[in-house]
Amino acid sequence: MDAFLLSRLQFALNISFHILFPTITMAMGWFLFYFKLRSNTSGHPVWMRMYRFWVRVFALSFALGVVSGVTMSFQFGTNWPGFMEKVGNVAGPLLGYEVLTAFFLEATFLGIMLFGIRRVPNWLHTASTLIVALGTTTSAFWILALNSWMQTPQGFEVVDGVVYATNWKEIIFNPSFPYRFVHMMLASGLTASFLIAGLSAYRMLKGDDKLAPKLALKTATYTAAVLIPLQIFAGDMHGLNTLEHQPQKVAAMEGLWETTEGAPLLLFAIPDEENKENHFEIPIPYGASVILTHELKGEIKGLNEFEGEHPPVAPVFFGFRVMVGMGMLMLAVSWLGSLYLMRNKDLPVWLKRTFAGMAFSGWIATLAGWYVTEIGRQPYLVSGVLRTADAVTQLPPANIALSFTLYLVIYTVLLIAYMGTLMLMCRRAVEIEEITTEEREVAKAKMQPTDPDPSTV
Amino acid sequence: MFENVSAEMLGNIYVGLLGLSVLLYAILDGYDLGVGVLIPPRTEAFRDDMIASIGPYWDANETWLVLAIGLLLIAFPEAHSEFLQTLYLPATFMLLGLILRGVAFDFRAKVVQVKKRKWDMVFKYGSLLTTLAQGYMLGIYVTGLRTDIWAQGFALLAAFGVTAAYAFIGSCWLILKSEGELQQKAYYWARRGLGVLAVGIIAVSIANLTLHDDVRDLWLSAPWGYVLFAIPVVCFALLALCAVLLKKLPNTQGKGEWLPFFIALLVFLLCFTAFGISYYPFIIPGQMTVMDALSDANSLRFLLVGVVIVVPIILAYTAMVYKIFAGKSEKLSYY
Ligand code: HDD
Ligand code: HEM
Ligand code: HEM
Repeated sequence: MDAFLLSRLQFALNISFHILFPTITMAMGWFLFYFKLRSNTSGHPVWMRMYRFWVRVFALSFALGVVSGVTMSFQFGTNWPGFMEKVGNVAGPLLGYEVLTAFFLEATFLGIMLFGIRRVPNWLHTASTLIVALGTTTSAFWILALNSWMQTPQGFEVVDGVVYATNWKEIIFNPSFPYRFVHMMLASGLTASFLIAGLSAYRMLKGDDKLAPKLALKTATYTAAVLIPLQIFAGDMHGLNTLEHQPQKVAAMEGLWETTEGAPLLLFAIPDEENKENHFEIPIPYGASVILTHELKGEIKGLNEFEGEHPPVAPVFFGFRVMVGMGMLMLAVSWLGSLYLMRNKDLPVWLKRTFAGMAFSGWIATLAGWYVTEIGRQPYLVSGVLRTADAVTQLPPANIALSFTLYLVIYTVLLIAYMGTLMLMCRRAVEIEEITTEEREVAKAKMQPTDPDPSTV
Repeated sequence: MFENVSAEMLGNIYVGLLGLSVLLYAILDGYDLGVGVLIPPRTEAFRDDMIASIGPYWDANETWLVLAIGLLLIAFPEAHSEFLQTLYLPATFMLLGLILRGVAFDFRAKVVQVKKRKWDMVFKYGSLLTTLAQGYMLGIYVTGLRTDIWAQGFALLAAFGVTAAYAFIGSCWLILKSEGELQQKAYYWARRGLGVLAVGIIAVSIANLTLHDDVRDLWLSAPWGYVLFAIPVVCFALLALCAVLLKKLPNTQGKGEWLPFFIALLVFLLCFTAFGISYYPFIIPGQMTVMDALSDANSLRFLLVGVVIVVPIILAYTAMVYKIFAGKSEKLSYY
């Protein structure tokens, strides 16, 4: 294998592993802030219980996000020196702003959030929770600005093959950035919601009938039920934006070879790149044209118009279907769950099992979405500006093969350990008596007569 | 903003910032890596307290490394790719070490007792792998990214030197943060680390004179020569003072416990200054100067706005956190 392929594999491995944890922490920070606010206003101890359980999940995810992120920041220099040489003048400052405005903030205030509650006034602890949530969101802002710029670059000039920034506002707020940012934040919200709902359902299945998991399940299910339609809408808008700027990507997503008026929506097919056709198509006539152009006979450009300039079709095509399929599943499950919960009914066991089974479904959709985005940009690293093949390192392949193997082993072990530990934390939480007598007394003093009796939580 | 800041100035500003973040990294992550290296492998006593002493800090400490590598990438991209491509494997091992210790720290608190011991070892040896790799990288870097056998030998020396330095500042940190038996143990560790560190400083000073001709000339000529020779001398005076203190302090009921850490800080600062004076204006010793490697001035001006506003804020809230958690560390419990 050559340095190019190995570098790509290694980069894909690292970023795929890294993104698993930010997608959880970005939104979970906001969940924690909500729990803390509810605890401050209602005084009911269950909110603090929820905070304590989920802050530990947050801490673990955050640690994994940090260490894999530190690795990411070395990848540019080690494996893609051409990237920094050609577009470093744009990429560098964006990464720099991320470190300065986000990483220090979240890392520092995390200390207070995790260990400071007895040392600082309550308002400062609440503020720290808010700051950590803001920090993770800010870091998504910068890194997505960069990633979107790589998809739809503007605000620069090229002199002797090197990119120079001319307008930072245009660079940051490039055409695909708003869509990507919204879509990613919603993806994070959904991932965290399904994780919280799934693990809470798992606790209940293991015989935990305390209030905390019930309340967490409810909060998360409602959140997911609200976010998923927004996500579908945002995804649709995102697609229209992509059609405008990267039509070859959309052609690959739709598996459309010939430019067509009234293109069908393919529910399933097996794209065949060699013969430029699909097998086993299940089409909905006119579907793609209606969704993308809002006209029955709207024209959509096919892959054959982009000979040699279009991405590999199969991964983009399937990735897109996995993501959208997952989105539909999320819609069904979260709405069904909400229906039961709104009628004050307990979830039936099969639905609890479904939630538990979908605890990590956000990961699948998120990864699939990123694969569509990133593979869909190939053969370019920066659309129309820099080809991936021109940015690669000259390192000896044996060295990359070694590092790749080591990362693969460690990441696999860590992923198993992470999921196993979350399950273990859930099973242990079942045995712990949630509310101490002291807390009960404090709570009783603060509570309204209409609130549920704390001895039952 | 900053339109009239010349490229020359920008080079100096960014190399200064780079220096600042490397120094802060070496001190801050230095002590928490040192604590990790010191984790006693066979006895279980002390481990919880040692790890509790760095709990609220390690993440922010590590961020200085991200900033340092980021600044190198942004301001001196050529140096960055040269540095990381030559040092690809040691950098990979350092990252693996950082991954292992970073996650072990969190896993250990959440798993069953048997597994906890395993994560503790992952924490210790992850820290050790990191410090050795960092020292090795520093060694190769100082030789001007040479890879011959002499450079390798020097780098190995540096690997142990840096590990000793981190262990030393780590034990000084523990003296500050712990009490009772653990503190006694920390005094003992500090005394041993001190000896190794002193030998290391002599070795590196001598090696420095033999590696690059212009560095030797600088050391042997006035006025910088005086400064440069004064630095190891002052370092030794400080270390001697520290040795005395380490004998006396265990019997002073907590008075002056902060002194060893303070002295360690000064020693790090001095060594770093000597290093900076010796190699300026090179960004890669003997090979590439700051100005050779500097990236586009306009991009650097854009980032400078953020730097000027944000860096003081970062320093301020970092100080605030150290103040909040001042005093002896408590048992680690998540709240
Ligand atoms: C959409 C979100 C997102 C994306 C696409 C990325 N990251 Fe990330 N990253 C985060 C969102 C995030 C975060 C939520 O802000 C994290 C997770 C845990 C944390 O500490 O912050 C983080 C952590 C994190 C850290 C550790 C920060 C610390 O020490 O606290 C580094 C160095 C990076 N990332 C670097 C990268 C690089 C070089 C990326 C791309 C190539 C990247 N991240 C993609
Ligand atoms: C965090 C979510 C992300 C995921 C899951 C992801 C995934 C991927 C994958 C799978 C590829 C390989 C495409 C191929 O080679 O066929 C890729 C390519 C690439 N992406 Fe991303 N990416 C993410 C974010 C980013 C960001 C934020 C950046 C830039 C700052 C980025 C920069 C790149 C680069 C440089 C490549 C080219 C290397 C390659 O082809 O492997 N990616 N990404
Ligand atoms: C069900 C309706 C959905 C539609 C129509 C949709 C549509 C899209 C489109 C068009 C892209 C952009 C590809 C590109 O041009 O770069 C995308 C990317 C992405 N999707 Fe979705 N999506 C949906 C659901 C989801 C869900 C449920 C998740 C995760 C929970 C998700 C996560 C992502 C991510 C992480 C990306 C890559 C980052 C980005 O470009 O913002 N999507 N999606």
